[in-house]
Amino acid sequence: MTFAPGDMVRVADRPHTGHHRTPGYLKGKTGRIARVHAAFANPETRAYGADGLPRLPLYLVEFTGGDLWPSAPGRDRVCADLFEHWLEDAE
Amino acid sequence: MSISEYVNGRYDRAMERGVHDRGGWPTDTPIDRREHELADWELRMDAIENVLEQHGVMNTDEMRRGIESMPLAAYEAASYYERWLFTTETILKEKGILAPGEIDARLEA
Amino acid sequence: MSEHEHDHPHEPITNGDEPPAAARARAVEQLLIEKGVIRCEDVRERIDWLVSRSPGDGARLVARAWVDPDFKQRLLADARSAALELGLDPGPSPVVVAVENTDDVHHMVVCTLCSCYPRALLGPPPAWYKSLPYRSRAVSDPRAVLDEFGVELGDDVELRVLDSTADIRYLVMPRRPAGTEGMNEDELAALITRDAMIGVAQPAAPAPIG
Repeated sequence: MTFAPGDMVRVADRPHTGHHRTPGYLKGKTGRIARVHAAFANPETRAYGADGLPRLPLYLVEFTGGDLWPSAPGRDRVCADLFEHWLEDAE
Repeated sequence: MSISEYVNGRYDRAMERGVHDRGGWPTDTPIDRREHELADWELRMDAIENVLEQHGVMNTDEMRRGIESMPLAAYEAASYYERWLFTTETILKEKGILAPGEIDARLEA
Repeated sequence: MSEHEHDHPHEPITNGDEPPAAARARAVEQLLIEKGVIRCEDVRERIDWLVSRSPGDGARLVARAWVDPDFKQRLLADARSAALELGLDPGPSPVVVAVENTDDVHHMVVCTLCSCYPRALLGPPPAWYKSLPYRSRAVSDPRAVLDEFGVELGDDVELRVLDSTADIRYLVMPRRPAGTEGMNEDELAALITRDAMIGVAQPAAPAPIG
């Protein structure tokens, strides 16, 4: 696992052909690692019949609502489970 | 092997934003909060899909990919289990388990 | 982006009470059984499991956590194991995470990409949870969504929306209502609704005595 709780990370903003589980509303956004989950099979390759190995680290990343939607109350957060290969160090 | 090699020849959509990727999608439609009991065929569709997964015939990610390959209008018009039917047919045809036209032929029989 | 969304369950279209998809689904099942890809018994067994699922299991987990602080810590650390401890079926998801609502934080769960949901512990997801408007607005306008569901959060409460984008399934542990001090676990469990464990409702207040 590259990241630890509290680390600032930026979600990659790259075009992706095919199945992936990084929502568009988070691409390019910066958040903070809230939880380090275990590693899981890669849905991007499993979706095409492969075994999804090696497993990839998964994190719960927390975003400030106002960074995603300008009108959101400053206190609110949106969190999502994102795979490590979609996250860049933003410290 | 690159993703594009997997994608080549598969049912798929390369779009800026997938039809299924709905977080923050502009909408005026109210949230319909009525309860809906699942119809027999919907329970059956759910079960078929899960049994296929249990037997290693199709996995969850293939199932999702199939749904994501629906054209936008079809995705939005379909009910939840109609999408499951679509992906089951699509992926099983892709894997050669169902032949094109086989379901229609059975319905006409 | 589409100007018109049409995401409500269909009225009957042709051939009696069912949409065309119903007959197609049965045809698919028949063909797959004939080809030996699936067995009729497996489908039956899965349907039996599906209809056996209800929010009662999730409610038992929460009620136990409300009365037993040590269990609550175990539930928050590993909800899957906590469910097994109570003899419940946590389902196939390898990880279930329970998140605790407090005076300062309220959680709400969505799956914007499809309909991921802890169904082993809560039963089938409600239609609205799978709907396009909920999937869209739960992340972009959650306080307005909560308002529609009748939940008002104070300005000083942090709202955390969890988008279940991967293998983790989330279950909300709602706050224990005031006035429930004398209640046993079964009575408490009866207050804990499916919607409270998704995060779009508060548990029912106990009925007043006398």
